[in-house]
Amino acid sequence: MSKNGFEPKIVVFCCNWCSYAGADLAGISRLKMKPQFRIIRTMCSGRVDPALVLYAFNKGADGVLVAGCHPGDCHYGAGNYKARRRMAMLTNMLTQLGIEPARLRLEWISASEGPKFQSTINQFIDQITQLGPFNKAKEAVGAK
Amino acid sequence: MAKPKVAFYWCASCGGCEEAVLDINETILKVAEAVELVLWPVALDFKKKDIEAMKDGEIAVSFINGSVRLDEQEEWVKLLRKKSGLIVAFGACAHLGGIPGLGNFCTKETIINRAYKEVPSLDNPKGVVPQVKTTLNGYELTLPEFYDTVKTLDQTIPVDYYLPGCPPPPDLIVNAVMAILKGELPPKGTVLAPNKALCDTCPVKDSKPEKLTITQLKRPYELKIDPDKCILAQGVFCYGPATRSGCGETCIRANMPCRGCFGPVDGVVDQGAKALSMLASIMGVDGEEKMSDEDVKKLVSQIVDPAGTFYRYSLPSSLLRRKRIA
Ligand code: SF4
Ligand code: FES
Repeated sequence: MSKNGFEPKIVVFCCNWCSYAGADLAGISRLKMKPQFRIIRTMCSGRVDPALVLYAFNKGADGVLVAGCHPGDCHYGAGNYKARRRMAMLTNMLTQLGIEPARLRLEWISASEGPKFQSTINQFIDQITQLGPFNKAKEAVGAK
Repeated sequence: MAKPKVAFYWCASCGGCEEAVLDINETILKVAEAVELVLWPVALDFKKKDIEAMKDGEIAVSFINGSVRLDEQEEWVKLLRKKSGLIVAFGACAHLGGIPGLGNFCTKETIINRAYKEVPSLDNPKGVVPQVKTTLNGYELTLPEFYDTVKTLDQTIPVDYYLPGCPPPPDLIVNAVMAILKGELPPKGTVLAPNKALCDTCPVKDSKPEKLTITQLKRPYELKIDPDKCILAQGVFCYGPATRSGCGETCIRANMPCRGCFGPVDGVVDQGAKALSMLASIMGVDGEEKMSDEDVKKLVSQIVDPAGTFYRYSLPSSLLRRKRIA
């Protein structure tokens, strides 16, 4: 927990074939991780529709991490290349909407990279804690 | 039997929806014969107190265009909701927020400052800006309050049906009016247009390649668009894959790409996110494995204004609704 008591909520999308297995490995290896994240397993990082990321922010996530297989290793061939382009374009769009680009991150984590999963999570949670809570859109001024 | 009472009202809109009503041509005479118009500020003089004096639910249907950005508009639509059996959100602004919804990139303050203090053609040496209340010679003058955030109609009152488009085309308007008169309406919440993507009905759809990829994105003025070929396949962003059909493909037939005014098909929560997803997935497919993260950044940054492009008509109805106010 940070000094001001802010506990970030982090949503982590993990692809079934690499990153979820990597997360699992981190767990069974008993690697210590900060606890403020929830994993959502998707079949592929290419399944992560940008709307899912926006939905997570809309529902109160302070940061979203998308994790997939390393380039060349996607179970479906090219899902992670699509994810890379989508998240890059989405980052541009979030910036226009006044949202810090650091709140969205894409990482390649293989099934054997338990330690990388651990360090990515810890580092991302630290970064979001620094940034503070995601500021939801304020209501219309004067709206009854 | 008494004729059903019908109201038309406008909020933050350009007036195009009002013209669209007239675009139904002679059919309007049939409609005028079948219904009693109780409110239509653009064409006829009725007062708010006339509506206030009506019984709840007395108006059979109110067609409301425009998004909601003033307290006066909010008051009016709430009044009409009370007095009407059915509310139809008429046109893209009422449905999704529309072009006025782009105001959600700014705040009230930035908009007022721009319009009354910064515009180069301005003549306002005293920097007078609109006030909700002003006293002049002992009289108090009032103006509606201008909100920071533009809302869709259904973010303000419950809406029964939606007529999409900027503006809705005559055939859809006539179909909707006839369906209401005959009482043959689909379930509440329905968008009164086909539930298909524009690409499905597009006149050049057969030329759309199975595998489509864009390396160099072009803007319409940078090329001569071939009228017989899919516009997206020519490297110009066309919103067709992520937009509902029903418009009559008028833009495509005029050699212009779709810009998304009909909104998404059923089940899509965020039209802009879908369009972004579609475009990002087909950009730079050739040689994608050789691209560095830097290359990808350059590639996708060819869309210089993603939020304005993908949310051109739908920012207020999107998941994030507006730019954050710090
Ligand atoms: S992308 Fe545009 S031009 Fe191509 S088929 Fe779809 S609607 Fe028609
Ligand atoms: S399956 Fe892991 S990124 Fe596609």
